[in-house]
This record gives sequence, C-alpha cells and structure tokens, in this order.
Amino acid sequence: MAEHKIKEPLIHIVKRNRIPMWKTWLIRLSAILVALVVSGLVGFLLTRSNPIRIYAVMIDGSFGTERRIWGMLQNLAMLLCVSLAVTPAFKMRFWNIGAEGQVLMGGLASAACMILFGNSLPNGILILVMIIASIAAGAIWAFVPAIFRSFWNTNETLFTLMMNYIAIQIVSFFSYKWSVPKGSGNVGIINRDTHAGWLPVVGGKSYLLNILIVLGLTIIMHVYLWYSKHGYEISVVGESENTARYIGLSVRKVILRTMLISGAISGIAGWLLVAGTDHTISRNTAAGRGFTAIMVAWLAKFNPLTMILTSFLLAFFEKGAVEISTKFGLNESFSDIITGIIIFFIIGSEFFIQYSIKFREKEEK
Amino acid sequence: MWAAFLRRAIMQGIPLLFGSTGEIVTEKSGNLNLGIPGVMYVGGIGGVIGAFLYEQNATKLNPILAVLIPLLCSLLGSLLMGLIYCFLTVSLRANQNVTGLALTTFGVGVGNFFGGSLVKLTGSDVPSINLTATSGYFSATLPIADKLGWFGQIFLSHSFLAYLAIFMALGSSFFLFKTRAGLRLRAVGESPATADAAGINVEKNKYLATCIGSMIAGLGGLYYVMDYANGVWSNDGFGDRGWLAIALVIFAVWKPHFSILGSILFGGLYIVHNYIPGLDVSGQELFKMLPYVVTILFLVGTSIGKKREAQPPSSLGLPYFREER
Repeated sequence: MAEHKIKEPLIHIVKRNRIPMWKTWLIRLSAILVALVVSGLVGFLLTRSNPIRIYAVMIDGSFGTERRIWGMLQNLAMLLCVSLAVTPAFKMRFWNIGAEGQVLMGGLASAACMILFGNSLPNGILILVMIIASIAAGAIWAFVPAIFRSFWNTNETLFTLMMNYIAIQIVSFFSYKWSVPKGSGNVGIINRDTHAGWLPVVGGKSYLLNILIVLGLTIIMHVYLWYSKHGYEISVVGESENTARYIGLSVRKVILRTMLISGAISGIAGWLLVAGTDHTISRNTAAGRGFTAIMVAWLAKFNPLTMILTSFLLAFFEKGAVEISTKFGLNESFSDIITGIIIFFIIGSEFFIQYSIKFREKEEK
Repeated sequence: MWAAFLRRAIMQGIPLLFGSTGEIVTEKSGNLNLGIPGVMYVGGIGGVIGAFLYEQNATKLNPILAVLIPLLCSLLGSLLMGLIYCFLTVSLRANQNVTGLALTTFGVGVGNFFGGSLVKLTGSDVPSINLTATSGYFSATLPIADKLGWFGQIFLSHSFLAYLAIFMALGSSFFLFKTRAGLRLRAVGESPATADAAGINVEKNKYLATCIGSMIAGLGGLYYVMDYANGVWSNDGFGDRGWLAIALVIFAVWKPHFSILGSILFGGLYIVHNYIPGLDVSGQELFKMLPYVVTILFLVGTSIGKKREAQPPSSLGLPYFREER
C-alpha cells in the first residue's frame, strides 16, 4: 500500500485558554512600540529628518508648554466623553456609530439656547436649560434608531451612520441661518460680549471644568457598567439576546434604555464642546470624534478607566502629528495617517492575545 | 435643462456606482467594509500621484501612458487598502467595524496629506497640483455626442470610466447571481460555516472579494478627480460620497444592477438643490440630506416588510473562526 501522507501546515493557530494579565499588556505595549517605530519611519521618509528629532517634536507638541498640556488634556477629555457615550451601547453589541450626529445635535441644542435665550435668562438658569436641551437632543437622535432596531430589527450600524449626515446637514442649515455676517455660513463666537451660556472658568484654567466633568462621568460610567444591575443586564444582552430572554429580561427595554443613556452622554459632549470649549457651532464641531471614540472604546475593551489611557494615546499622537506637520511644513492630515497606523497595530495585536501561533514541529525519523 | 440636469446627475452618480458596486461585492462575502470612503480617497490620490509624477517627468505626454499610469496607481492604492482590511479582519480576526473606521481615517488622511504636500515632497516648482492635461485624456468623449441633441448629452457625453462603471455593475451582478463562483461567494457571506463544510475556502473568498471590491471602489475616487474635478485635487473635495456609496448599497438591496439607476437617483438628489428656483443657501443645506433620508426610509421599509431578497447577507459584519463553530 502506498503511504498516504497528509502534509501538516507550517503554522497553525490555537486559541489561548487563559493568558496572564502582564502578558496581555506586554503584547499591547510592544504593539504600541512597533507602531511608534513605524510612524517614526513614515515621518522620516516624508521629512528626511532624524527620527529621534521627530519623536522629540511629537512630545513637544503635547507637553512643550503649559498651554499645550492643557490643550492636550482638553482633547483627551472630549474624546473620552464621546467614548463613554458609545460604550454602554457597544457592550450590548449595539453598533452605535452615530455618536458624531448625536454630539452635533447636542451641541446644536446648546447653541440654540445660547442664541435664543442669551439675553433673557440669568446665566445659571441658561446653563441648566442648555444641559437639559443637549441631553434631550442627543438622546432623541440615538433613540430613533434604537426604536427601529428593537421593534423591527433594522440594521443599527447603517441607520446610525445615516443619522450622522442628517445631523450634519441640519447643523449646516442653522449655521447659515445664524451666520455672522449674514450668508457666510459661520456662526462665529456666540455671546462674545456677554459670555451668556459660557461655562465658568474654574481655577483660572479655561478647560479645567470640562476635564473635571468628564472625569466625574468616567467614574459614574465605570460604576454603572460594572457594579449596577443595569450594567449587568447590558452585558447579558451583549453576550446573548436569547439568554437574556430566557432569564426574563426585556431585551427591548434594555436596548431602548441603554441607547437613551448613550445618546444623552453624547449630548453632554456636545454641550461641553459648545458651552465649554468652542462657544460656537459648525458642522465640524464634533470633528470626527464620534468615529475615533469607537476605536478608543474598543481598544480599551469597553472599560471606562482603561479608556483614559487609550484616549490619552490618541490625543497624544494627534497633537504630536499636528506639531510635526507644522514644524516640517506638511499637511496636517499627517495626524490621521499616524492615528490609522497606531490603531491598525493595536487591533492587530489583539489577535496575539486571543490566539497563539504554533509552528510545525520537526518530524522524528 | 432636463438633459443638463440628468447629465450632471449621472456624473455625480458614477463615483457612487463604483463605490457601491465594490462594497456590494465585498459585503457579499460577509465583510462590512466601512473603510470604503477611505479606499475611494486613496484610489483618487493614487491616480493623482501617478499622473503628477508622469506629467512632471515626461517631456511629452503619451495618451495611452497618461491614462494607464494613473489607472494602475489608483488600482494599486486601493488594492493595498483592501489588503490591510483583509489581513486585519480575516487573518487576524479583528473587529470589522473598528477596522473599517480606522481604514477610513487612514485613507482620508492619506488622500488629504498627499494632496496637500505632494508638491512640497517632490520639490517641484509648480504652485499646485493641476492635472488638466491628464484629465483631458481621461474625460475624452465620443465625438458624435454633440451632434445628437439631448440623447447625446445624456447618454453619450461621458468618459470611458463612466461606461466602465456601468459595465462593472452589470458584470458584478452577472458574476454574483449567474456563476458558480458567485454562488460560492454568496454562500460565504450567508453562512461561512456551511460554506466551509461544503469545501469552499472561506478565507480565500473573503480576501478576493474584499480586494477586488476595494479596487472597483477606488476607481470611483479616480473618476471623481480626473473627470468630475477636471484633474484638480482639493482636500476633502470628495466629501461624504464614500458614505453615500454605502447608503446606495442598502438602497440597491445588495444588487449591483439596481445601483445603476440608484446612483443616478442619488446623484440627482445630491445636486437637486441647484435646480430649485428661489432656494437660499440654508435651504440648500437641508436638501443635501435627501439621499440619507431616502436611505433610512428604505432601510426601515425593508426591515419592516421583511422581504427575504431585500435583507443584508446573514453573516454581514460577523467574524468567522472555524474553531468556534
């Protein structure tokens, strides 16, 4: 009988059972290091400058002056806030990629209150009205797709994505309506003289209040997701809708409630951006954070505390890349390229955490 | 006026048609590639880089090379994007949505970066990227188009890439619904486990479909720069057309031949605000949301109606690991 031999492939992949904590972080850290080397290389190829100098410029962009540190922290806080917003939905496996639109609608509601009631309401009440309006606007924008998903199983990824562009066009519409000077399409700084509706400056630092609010939200979200009954229900629905039904949970109720929360926090992010940061509204107010936040939340495995780290990472690279592009006279989109590379490496590294690669062992004669 | 409107609508629709045809081929394999907007940017800038280098270095432009070089550069760029997506989602089993969004960030960044810095990087002495010469070859039309009145204006006044888009859409439909290989591909998208059991190579199908889909979509970016924008690259000029292409996939219920008419409709909705008398600027902005509103209504309608033919591929967006069946 002829010997029939089945050739074993050179490598095969085995799912890991357990992996110690330090090892997962080692893998992630090395992914970030490799990403850093690759971004340095890309920077070198494009600028022909010493790679060490490129890193120095990057660090300078985030930490060079006190002003820059505050700017970076502010970026970090806003990104973190939007990431907190998308997290409960994602934990439930509800792909809410509409945070961009939800943030914009929240910001629009705040701007509308500032323009309409800026001269008639006392500042404290005005800010309160703005918070409520923003939360409501963000929540409604998230609630609509949730209704259709929970009743008719409409694909939420595509629905929330489309809602973004409707929000962008609505904001564009109002940007022209309210533009100063008329017809320019720019709203300009709202209530420049009266500062009505502007968040108060705390401790002499203009962004400190934003950062504190987001920090508070982070802690609340952490407790909500990991130590509350709601948080548990979200995890169950995320793991398996059938299990959730079996143990008597109303999946519909959990989806609707969680999306309301998700949209509400997006609304808060919009409020912070308009009332606490930009004091204006435009179609770029959310600045793509709705999309970047998804990556931040995913990289942190939906853990709010880890998200501080991942949003720092992205905020740092963005500031650093912007600094490189100004220093070397390149286009500022350089930061998007770097962000993309970093994310590719980190999501790629997750594979090595979940699986291990086994090489074919030498056959014994 | 009607003929002019229709002609503009078709020109607006062609990039969407390329994008949605590519995305349909991709999605039929179960990969929801949200990186298509990025892929289309890279397809566009790839063509621009190729054309720019050729125009700078050649003393006299050869019409065939002037078309072929940008075309190949564009295809190469979008192929690389497709490979990144596949390597991460298929080989490394990463999450498709996150990978796709990262790919869009990356691709739009690449497009805008090179669009803004190409002149500086190559150290040439031109003030900006202006590829009118190359664009002239790309947008060459049939000479008889002008003589046939409205018929010629609507149907014959387009460049070869526009006809290629329609051909690609029809060809993809034929491939997907009339051939064995297409049937296998759809099986992978509907139920990869079943397909695997039937001896179909799931990974290979996903790789091929996604990479070819990306290359088709990238041509949309090339058409936009070379034809629609007359060879002038402006940053963010391509705008949100990539997302509109994904919307068109839903509207065409995952059938490329439906997206031919769909793309003209979307193209028309995209520019209809220019043709409505007495509309002010702010009103125009409201009209620009029409394609998205139509898509949502359609998405809701098909999900309530639960027509089986109108549903996305069952495993769309879900990863497949053989070991986890």
